[in-house]
Amino acid sequence: MTRHLLSIDDVSAEEIQQLFATAAEMHDVQKREVKKLPALRGRTVINLFFEDSTRTRSSFEIAGKWLSADVINLSAKGSSASKGESLRDTVLTVTAMGVDGLVMRHSASGAAHQVAGWLDIPVVNAGDGTHEHPTQALLDGYTLQRQLGGPGSLEGKRIAIVGDLTHSRVFRSNVKSLTKLGASVVAVAPPTLMPAGVTDWAKADGFATSYHLDEVLPEADAVMMLRVQRERMSGGFFPTSREYTVGYGLTRQRLGMLREGAPILHPGPMNRGLEISPEAADAASSRILDQVSAGVAIRMSVLYHLLAGEESA
Amino acid sequence: MSEPAPERVFEPSVDGRIVLDARDISRALTRISHEILERNRDAEDLVLLGLHTRGVPLARRIAARIETAEGHPVAHGALDVTMYRDDLRTHPTRAPHHTEIPPVGIDGKTVVLVDDVLFSGRTVRAALDALADYGRPAVVRLAVLVDRGHRQLPIRADHVGKNLPTARSERVGLSLEETDGIDEVRIVELEGVTRA
Repeated sequence: MTRHLLSIDDVSAEEIQQLFATAAEMHDVQKREVKKLPALRGRTVINLFFEDSTRTRSSFEIAGKWLSADVINLSAKGSSASKGESLRDTVLTVTAMGVDGLVMRHSASGAAHQVAGWLDIPVVNAGDGTHEHPTQALLDGYTLQRQLGGPGSLEGKRIAIVGDLTHSRVFRSNVKSLTKLGASVVAVAPPTLMPAGVTDWAKADGFATSYHLDEVLPEADAVMMLRVQRERMSGGFFPTSREYTVGYGLTRQRLGMLREGAPILHPGPMNRGLEISPEAADAASSRILDQVSAGVAIRMSVLYHLLAGEESA
Repeated sequence: MSEPAPERVFEPSVDGRIVLDARDISRALTRISHEILERNRDAEDLVLLGLHTRGVPLARRIAARIETAEGHPVAHGALDVTMYRDDLRTHPTRAPHHTEIPPVGIDGKTVVLVDDVLFSGRTVRAALDALADYGRPAVVRLAVLVDRGHRQLPIRADHVGKNLPTARSERVGLSLEETDGIDEVRIVELEGVTRA
């Protein structure tokens, strides 16, 4: 494993499988009465969130605590960062308190890379702007691999990623991890939400693009719906919510176009009725809650591999 | 394993001298199985847990022998102690193995931990910690195929296949059919190497 987890580029296909194998063992811990492993006893991890997040932050917090680490949560709201302190000073100050690992979310793409260069402790990127969200991609890949039959089962599978691709770090990280695991990714979005230069990028990374969800769905082995990020949109990406749903929502009608049992994923939080219908969100093949529990297991696996061994000592 | 397993610093069947062959190992396991039965007349409360890596097939073999003798199956599983080791920070991280606690659980049971080589005792200490997170056995016992001495903790085995006095500069190389394709125990001289 590398020292930091900033991007899916940091891990090879073999390392991803190693992280998944460890996560599978961590998953079993969730079923135990005593949900605690001593692996990170005496270590301190700071969750530094410059951007709101409930599920990612609490899942990192639970992961750290189940590994017996001391976990401190800091959000930028009400901290010195909101008083105008620079990112560098904030990070150096909190890590000077003797922490062993930093989990960071920031609205600026590349912030985690920047911070990792200033520190000599492992840094985990918990989402940076529209750039990457590697642990989300790992938990998605882990959930899909389990659903489709274990290690190697993603090989040759067709995964549709649908929605606001322009603003999605989940999409960027997932394309990298799923293609590394041998899946073929089809990215579906309206032309206005396709990232600039996507054609070159698709060629380089080996994925396909489409504007037509109805053509892609019947061929897909799994579908991953992305959240429409209204907070990142200054308007003009699509005329009305209704129109978006008609063209790109996983509606009740479209549910019937999916292959039987094809897993439905969504990184949350969901806009029910916009990108995903309640019927799809609650369908038997929906794996959305499995993603949440896999999130804890994957984050335990990542924290263990980055923080437990000699290299981080 | 009482030493970090299963990385090998020797080739089985090539280096060192054989101290136990397949028949010796088979006899030792049969004796351990009978000893366990003598101590636990009622095999129903018995749970055998093999410690990864080579303790797992050993526990399976002992369970098979007890089943043959008693006529009914004995609960057995596998215990991984990676997360409980006290040397986690002095080695690169290792991926944990799968822990398999039999459906009967371990609460109120007589748990026999099964390992291949007993050395410093640190693996057994880690196993006791791990066990406490899975439940509360009535009794915990320890069965090992080889006891090579050099304990660093106050731990001793209840059932020993073979006591093998060794020097610290030697390494006990235990191979099993299931993991290595051959049943044998060798002693290998490692010059200038002392393991903690």
